[in-house]
Amino acid sequence: MYFYDDIDQRIVDERVAQFRDQTARYLAGQLSEEDFRPLRLQNGLYIQRHAPMLRVAIPYGVLSSRQLRTLAHIARRYDRGFGHFSTRQNIQFNWPKLEDVPQILAELASVQMHAIQTSGNCIRNTTTDHFAGVAHDEVIDPRPYCELIRQWSTFHPEFAHLPRKFKIAVNGALSDRAATRVHDIGVDLLRDADGAIGYRIIVGGGLGRTPMIGQVIREHLAEADLLSYLEAILRVYNRFGRRDNKYKARIKILVKERSAQAFRADVEAEWAHLRGGPSTLVPEELARIRERIACHSYHPGPAVNAAVESRRAHDAGFRRWLERNVSGHKVSGYACVTLSLKSTGAAPGDLSDAAMDAVADLADRHGFGELRISHEQNVILPDVPLADLGTVHDAALALGLAHPNIGLITNIISCPGGDYCSLANARSIPVAQALQERFDDLDYQYDIGELDLNISGCMNACGHHHVGHIGILGVDKHGEEFYQVTIGGSQAAPAALGRVIGPSLRQDEVPDAVERMITRYLALRDSEAERFVDVVQRVGIEPFKETVYGNSTHPQA
Amino acid sequence: MATRLIRRRELCEDSWQGLADDAAAAPAGDLLLSLPQWQSRRAEWLARAEGRLAVRLAPADDPAALREDLPRLAMIAVDFPAFTDGRGFSTARLLRERLGWTGELRAVGDVFRDQLFYLSRVGFDAFLLRAGEDAEAARASLDSFSEVYQSAVDQPLPLFRRRLA
Repeated sequence: MYFYDDIDQRIVDERVAQFRDQTARYLAGQLSEEDFRPLRLQNGLYIQRHAPMLRVAIPYGVLSSRQLRTLAHIARRYDRGFGHFSTRQNIQFNWPKLEDVPQILAELASVQMHAIQTSGNCIRNTTTDHFAGVAHDEVIDPRPYCELIRQWSTFHPEFAHLPRKFKIAVNGALSDRAATRVHDIGVDLLRDADGAIGYRIIVGGGLGRTPMIGQVIREHLAEADLLSYLEAILRVYNRFGRRDNKYKARIKILVKERSAQAFRADVEAEWAHLRGGPSTLVPEELARIRERIACHSYHPGPAVNAAVESRRAHDAGFRRWLERNVSGHKVSGYACVTLSLKSTGAAPGDLSDAAMDAVADLADRHGFGELRISHEQNVILPDVPLADLGTVHDAALALGLAHPNIGLITNIISCPGGDYCSLANARSIPVAQALQERFDDLDYQYDIGELDLNISGCMNACGHHHVGHIGILGVDKHGEEFYQVTIGGSQAAPAALGRVIGPSLRQDEVPDAVERMITRYLALRDSEAERFVDVVQRVGIEPFKETVYGNSTHPQA
Repeated sequence: MATRLIRRRELCEDSWQGLADDAAAAPAGDLLLSLPQWQSRRAEWLARAEGRLAVRLAPADDPAALREDLPRLAMIAVDFPAFTDGRGFSTARLLRERLGWTGELRAVGDVFRDQLFYLSRVGFDAFLLRAGEDAEAARASLDSFSEVYQSAVDQPLPLFRRRLA
């Protein structure tokens, strides 16, 4: 993680004081609900179904064990003993009291954390690859660029009241785990023919009500020009993005209505004035940030550990965990371990205060005290020595966090849904739990193979249902909860949006429908290597539609 | 009426008068016109013997429309019908940084203390607070933060350039 200097610290401290004053004025009736609303939202505070919901930023998904312990403390002291990790690599607390929020922010500031711009129509927390800095397939470490964007976007005075929220994602690896094609701005880090670092800039992707794949507006931007170019995009959007209809206010609509070419021309014309200006990066700053993103002292070792291999051979549970939850590290002798927050019966992404403390201990004992939050709502131990894998497995198993389902059907991404969220049309968690139970059998899951199943409780798509191989969307039909099913979506390049298979289903029909589609897939696939999403792309949605609805439009009994 | 105008950090009285769209004759004294009013009767305004002239830009107005007229204006106001409409923030930066406006730049409309810090960063040096605002508290809010990260009108050098010093 990036360690604050005195100035970074002072800025978050001053924010706490500012918000304390705003909250006090609101509670004293000196600030109206209407005026307080955008102010609290820019501090991550929603008024939800049961209580306020506070969303805390975990910048680009990186946090320290000390920070995680503070989150545990907040969950224990101000909430009901748990937190919910979101698909934006943030954490949400569902039960804080409004009057406690300034004090929670002060506790966060004491460990270099904040809730700045985690909501509202402003530039949100920048997200990236959850294996940033450690991924075996990484070309360029995205973290310094994410931190540059974090600082540039924090309290940006010109862009605090955009037409709508604004999300930036950065990727520096061969596989795109950051989903740059479905963000308002996607930044792909790359090297040119001479080895110089630059960026590909993608604009206008997004999920939500009108899902779209982003368009490349610049194939190559020089490293020094990142912030001035982002500023040009944001200014064009701030001035010309639609404000008459909140459902048409995201930048993707502006890009679509103007055409990508015309939008690009607007941005380039604006950038002609900004290029080479004071926002141009200086190499000293990148060096300073790199230094503050702790450089760990790795001790490279053999790529294979004999004890691990021996246990792999005779312990099937361990073998499965190694296959699914352990991934490659850029340093030989280390591995990244994903702790699954998706065991059967759990609300996806939830973690108790006690488990947070235990996970922080694991990060200290088997790493450099650092953790990652993935957009799949799991927690990652990024620097585990291979020799420690057995111990980490056993500890994770005892904590209920060793479910070997990463990449499988029960690693469900889900928003909090109607149980918590006041925007939701339908509940998400019971659907996730029913599906986890239905596919609980691990042999069955392994046979099905890689499958992303994503659930959103409304068309705001916090659960990223459009890019799930199977996507489930909660809809409201005359006051009743129904679920629309899409298939064929993909977050990985080339990103694709799922297609609706037919009329929406009742909650109790969802597990049957999914199981029928899985059965059909298993019959259709040409080999185990052909994944569900590959089959959908090869044969289309018809066979799946037929198996769910038969020949009529009604689900089979 | 309580003072609602902060100009260059001082509380002061507002001398500017607007003009109703159907008014045949303009009042004497300092005159604040909408961009359409300015453009449609420009010759008439420029022929006035006394009183200063100012233009009020609406969120969708292009500040470049005033490029040729800047030397004739004593003040430019940018209207925020609702503070959540952030277009005026870009308007202000364009006036200051692109068009070189150095005169008074005033935020008017739904303007209250929690917006003043950002408004001052993008180049506003005057704020006509909406009714009911505590002007002293609003003035104090200009110092909400002692340091900033990014380049803007009040501090063109981003923190990363100043950190080098």
